[in-house]
Amino acid sequence: MNEQHVVIAEESYTTTSDAERAAQLAKVWAEPSGFLGWFKAVHHTTIGKRYMVTAFGFFLAAGLLAGAMRLQLAFPEAHIMSPDLYNQVFTMHGSVMMFLFAVPMMFEALSVYFVPLMVGTRNIAFPRLNAFSYYLFLFAGLMLFAFFFVNSGPDRGWFSYVPLSGPDYAPGKRADIWAQLITFTEISGLCVAVEVIVTVFKLRAPGMSLNRIPIFVWGEVVTSFMVIFAMPGVVVASTMLLLDRTASTQFFNPAVGGDVLLFQHLFWWFGHPEVYIIFIPGTAIVSTIAATFSRRHVFGYMALVLSLIATGFIAFGLWVHHMFATGIPQMSEGFFTAASMMIAIPAGTQIFCWLATILTGKVVLKTPMWWVLGFFFVFIIGGMTGIFVASVPVDLQVHDTYFVVAHFHYVLIGGAVFPMFGAFAYWFPKLTGRMLSEMLGLWSFWLFTIGFNITFFPMHILGLRGMPRRVYTYPADAGWTALNQIESVGYIFLFLGVAVFLYNVWHSLRRGEMAPANPWQAGGLEWATASPPATYNFLNMPTVNGSEPLWDALPDQPVVSGMHEDVREIVTTRILDAEPEGRDEMPGPTAWPFIAAVVTTALFIGSIFRPIAVSIGAIPLAIALIGWFWPTREESQRRARRNIWEQS
Amino acid sequence: MNLRATALLFFSSHQSPLNPAGIQARHIEHNLVLIFGITSAVYLIVIAVLFFGVLRNHAREGFVPHTLVEDPDVDRKATYIVGGAIGATVVLLFVMMISSFITSHRTAVLANAQSLKIDVYGHQWWWEVEYPMDEQPFRMVRTANEIHVPVGSVVTIHATSRDVIHSFWAPNIHGKKDLIPGYENDLTLEVDQPGTWRGQCAEFCGLQHAHMAFDIVAQSRADFDRWYVQQLSAAPEPTTPQTIHGRDVFLNHPCMMCHTIRGTTAGSTVGPDLTHVASRSMIAAGTLKNTPGNMAGWILNAQSIKPGVRMPPNPMPGQDLNDLLAYLETLR
Repeated sequence: MNEQHVVIAEESYTTTSDAERAAQLAKVWAEPSGFLGWFKAVHHTTIGKRYMVTAFGFFLAAGLLAGAMRLQLAFPEAHIMSPDLYNQVFTMHGSVMMFLFAVPMMFEALSVYFVPLMVGTRNIAFPRLNAFSYYLFLFAGLMLFAFFFVNSGPDRGWFSYVPLSGPDYAPGKRADIWAQLITFTEISGLCVAVEVIVTVFKLRAPGMSLNRIPIFVWGEVVTSFMVIFAMPGVVVASTMLLLDRTASTQFFNPAVGGDVLLFQHLFWWFGHPEVYIIFIPGTAIVSTIAATFSRRHVFGYMALVLSLIATGFIAFGLWVHHMFATGIPQMSEGFFTAASMMIAIPAGTQIFCWLATILTGKVVLKTPMWWVLGFFFVFIIGGMTGIFVASVPVDLQVHDTYFVVAHFHYVLIGGAVFPMFGAFAYWFPKLTGRMLSEMLGLWSFWLFTIGFNITFFPMHILGLRGMPRRVYTYPADAGWTALNQIESVGYIFLFLGVAVFLYNVWHSLRRGEMAPANPWQAGGLEWATASPPATYNFLNMPTVNGSEPLWDALPDQPVVSGMHEDVREIVTTRILDAEPEGRDEMPGPTAWPFIAAVVTTALFIGSIFRPIAVSIGAIPLAIALIGWFWPTREESQRRARRNIWEQS
Repeated sequence: MNLRATALLFFSSHQSPLNPAGIQARHIEHNLVLIFGITSAVYLIVIAVLFFGVLRNHAREGFVPHTLVEDPDVDRKATYIVGGAIGATVVLLFVMMISSFITSHRTAVLANAQSLKIDVYGHQWWWEVEYPMDEQPFRMVRTANEIHVPVGSVVTIHATSRDVIHSFWAPNIHGKKDLIPGYENDLTLEVDQPGTWRGQCAEFCGLQHAHMAFDIVAQSRADFDRWYVQQLSAAPEPTTPQTIHGRDVFLNHPCMMCHTIRGTTAGSTVGPDLTHVASRSMIAAGTLKNTPGNMAGWILNAQSIKPGVRMPPNPMPGQDLNDLLAYLETLR
């Protein structure tokens, strides 16, 4: 047994000069305070926390909508909700969970907060763009719920197939609101994708070569690239839909040569990778937590990273398995069956590597690890039922039934929500400086896990007994009543599980035990910062010697020195080997991103009612962008000096 | 075949892919059971390994130890095991993939055989069914929400939509096929057990997606032919004063704006053809049993039964309603 002593690089101000430097950095990197300061914040930990709280709020709201659906479906031919309201509720549930919770939480919130910490830099690349993306995301959600509360919520499903969502069959503004929700959230997702890629490619700590990037960061990078390649599909689809509806184009009108299946191809080109965008960060969290709580480097680092990348590629080759029933040729059905099954190979590789990590390590059963164990139990069922829907003949039977509802809830709740709760339990000390209660954590874990399985497992059986999806009610003699009632009871446990979690957070924030910098003796660079991190993140910019920087650090691991600490300066490094390349300066706080987001929001919402709003809104938007990029004299001079230094 | 018996007990439903009444559904069921067996076995093995692994080597201390546990020899052995597991995964995936291809092929080969062709058109929210026998317009049968097929014959459902996308799905017979405006899809099937098999729209199609069902009635060739001849005929002339008045009510109310009764002046195709409505077991696309009481409620205010349905409320005096019902009763 090779025992290795862990080197912990905690922050400690041993000398007066360190304390002075810390005070100086705190002044330079300070976030503005006060009411107006709230609109000017640009530090990634501030924006990241806002993303988390907002996305979790949407998770709760969409969860309550799910409760309304479970109530309606608890009784056959029930009249608790009208079909119109039910259609709005299930559309809202799906759209909010996908666009306002899952992607913003698993991709935007977690990567904005943790990627800069994990790669050892002081802020995310393009911090103002980051603030802009947050406000757009927030306004998208506020817009959606505002319209929902005035009975104008989208009601055509989170997929909004044409012609059902087209001008002929969807009067009113509901489908337009759905289309603009997409535009909002995609822009904010694309902004963050660009920031994450640049942060990881150019701002890594010296020594963090490609083969030392933490798996979580790899996951978010792969996700970023997938966002960049997938989102254009849905942006095109929703824009064409909006044009059909507001500007009388005929992209999707079969009567004049338009094609309704085109929408499905574009939508699923995005929609299938979307699923992987949601759970690739989840699997990356599992790798991180499993390593820390098995007390070893994750088994098969290279295999895991390659699996993430392979998943990212293959995810774009199987969108048609959502369309097997549309009557596509048998040859292409065969191709997409093979591609859909192929994705089980990297998924299986990841699972076997985690099993090897756990079996060869020493498992410490803390709450985050319990969530990871729950992830195995749940997510693998989702993976297995995925093979059912990959097989064309079986898919033709289970497609659009409750079997598929069960399948993707096992995949998405198993692959994203379980890791998310694990991530909260794991990183809560870092985020807040307080420990969560272990006992309450276990209570919420068991309530949630039991409730989840009671709610969703019977859906497999319901689907095989013939119950289709998206029905607001069902006949009393169909043989579906008992299973539906069991599911509705399960919802109560799910609700309690989340409620206990919220109480745990509330209680810990007020009276929780103070957290040390590295409570789990973990190996990631984020644990080298104070809990919670100072606005400058690292007092000494770290260097890296392995894939778990704190575990692999040498006893005299060097730090970066010689930086200007009177401005917001950071180190840039080369893409492959992370050798230091130069210095750059991060922009400071400003309210312009907020103003730009307000103007963009007005433009988007206005364009639902009058297309001319795009032209009129472009004027204030241009003004906001000019303000955003307006340089100060000192900044320009410093930049010029740095350039001279670089060229010499 | 114990599994089969259990499955039947659990899925003894007239709308379940695990209770097949047709050749295609039977092939698919075999494929499904194979995938279920393989995936369940793999799942149980993985979870058992995880469970016993955690049970065996979890830390007894209540805190996270500082030390790491890593051993290159153990890792090397683990590499072989993980490699083997990945190899086994690939093999099993191949088995399931090939079985899917074979099943797809088997469900499709019947397409070449001589078959009875039935046109199905999806509407919000009902099914229009046509039997264009021999392509002779005068020999064409048009009905709604009830598809009669002869047992043991190959049937081709030729499907498209009159408005939005719907999906034709009778799970006991075959998998689903979408009805898409601008596209025409064929679904070839063969029912091998007489009986009534329920199907339902499987693609979200708006307000009343939940109430868009149909029945497939499989009967012997002789019964089918008898039914077919009966459906070819025009509606019988009403004979009693009550039914004559009932027909007048039909023709003088908005009914005839949407419905056809062949043999009368009502010839509109917005709603279902009612020439033989009394021969059908359900009304409102599988929503209500076809009884006089249900029919009365449906005529008076369909909106209270199926909110959003295209049929408007038709308030009328009790006498008119009774006579109308009596007339509709004669449309066998």
